Amino acid sequence: MNLLDVENLWVKFPTRQGVFDAVRGVSFTLGRERLGIVGESGSGKSMTGRAILRLIRPPGIVTASQISLEGDDLMVKSERQMREVRGQRISMVMQDPKFSLNPVMTIAQQIIEAYRLHNKASKSEAYAKSVEMLEAVSIRDPERVMRAYPHEMSGGMGQRIMIAMMLIPNPEILIADEPTSALDVSVQRQVLSIIDKLVTDRGMGLIFISHDLNLVADFCDRVLIMYSGRVVEVCDADKLRDAKHPYTRGLLNSLPRLDSPCGKLQVLTRDPAWSDAPSVSGRV
Amino acid sequence: MLNLDNLSVWFGGGRDRVDAVRNASFCVNSGASFGIVGESGSGKSTILRAVMGLIPNWSGTISVDGRPVDKKREKSFYKVAQMVFQDPYASLHPRHSVDQVLGETLYLHGFSDIDHRVVKLLDDVGLGAKFRFRYPHQLSGGQRQRVAIARALAPEPSILLLDEPTSALDVSVQAEILNLLTDLRIKHGLTYVMVSHDLSVVGHMCEKLAVMQDGKIVEIMDVETLRRAKASHPYSQELLAASI
Repeated sequence: MNLLDVENLWVKFPTRQGVFDAVRGVSFTLGRERLGIVGESGSGKSMTGRAILRLIRPPGIVTASQISLEGDDLMVKSERQMREVRGQRISMVMQDPKFSLNPVMTIAQQIIEAYRLHNKASKSEAYAKSVEMLEAVSIRDPERVMRAYPHEMSGGMGQRIMIAMMLIPNPEILIADEPTSALDVSVQRQVLSIIDKLVTDRGMGLIFISHDLNLVADFCDRVLIMYSGRVVEVCDADKLRDAKHPYTRGLLNSLPRLDSPCGKLQVLTRDPAWSDAPSVSGRV
Repeated sequence: MLNLDNLSVWFGGGRDRVDAVRNASFCVNSGASFGIVGESGSGKSTILRAVMGLIPNWSGTISVDGRPVDKKREKSFYKVAQMVFQDPYASLHPRHSVDQVLGETLYLHGFSDIDHRVVKLLDDVGLGAKFRFRYPHQLSGGQRQRVAIARALAPEPSILLLDEPTSALDVSVQAEILNLLTDLRIKHGLTYVMVSHDLSVVGHMCEKLAVMQDGKIVEIMDVETLRRAKASHPYSQELLAASI
């Protein structure tokens, strides 16, 4: 059973030079799995994530044959109905915790707000639940963290707080938009293993958006590779190293490798045909 | 070429004093490429900034080209050492065209044939003369970083200090910039000191590297040791494990 079914998704922005297509005909399905979306900046991967939650504001235009969440079409929902989907059924962790936490609210206020918005609970229940959630994302001394403001937290802690806040309403799908790219290598793994554990324990679907091929190959089950707004290749994460498309091969080869030193790195030569061909479907 | 002996850097004073770098010592030979790795806050960029004279509070000895530098850098110092900063989006003046950026640098260093040199610098970094009158917002991230590298090359330095030159760029663009840096080093016989949090980038570019943690250099090793994953300090092993 698919949790999410996206068919023929387009995101367009009218500009003075004509309409710019940020996402062009992307289709995929998501079951209870970890789906990775990789691509360079500007390839439309974040736009795909935001379009699912209908977070693209005018003048941006989103069209799709369907975006259905367990058979429920999100495209026909009103803004009020969408608010019940956001957070409750699909939630999103953004790239940089510095910009996505409210700087003038304590962590406690923010997490409790997220919980009480979707659950009928007293303040003390919500508080207990929040502390429990912070413990689940392995924050030491959660009581102190609850009283703190976001600027008192390091980047890694801020990102874990975001994850806690996004998971507390117990959504069915988590969209993680570059959750670790603002973090150090050593902290990255920690945050990833927390996401991984929570996603598997709760049987959620995860859409993991990243520009880091190695990370996605390790962490996800299935990968969509995007180039200039369309999906150029879909493959299983463990077979990413044998990917066929020249763009994917180019990206893989342009990474420096510790185990195989070389004088010069391969540079990606772009073929205009890549962006003209229709999108590959990621539907199962 | 560059010698650091017992370099310490601190910020603030009294109760709020933070020791960002503690007793760091290393030397980089002429023509070599030296890497510094560590997590954020470990003081790797601070070392570069202290060398360039961008931080007032430091102790120890920094010698460049065999001569110890004073607290106040002389103009001739900047003919020897130049720095490329991390974020190409923040290190170029948004209202100066590429021509102004490079022209001003050349003027300040007392060159006379500025017109000719601007074109040559742009050719050197693979941009060409057609980029000369563009503004930063008309350039992509990779092109901006090329302009920043051209600016650093303008006074014809012998040492380039590179502070995470590719961390704000895509992998495909990162490969182009790293190749450019390799070519420039061969062409101009440059010495590099490169800071990065990415071990594979440092492994690709450098011959020797220092691992930093908490302001201290915990280990200096050559890249062969890194490749064979034979780091001796537990922290370097941890970093290695996290990045493979």
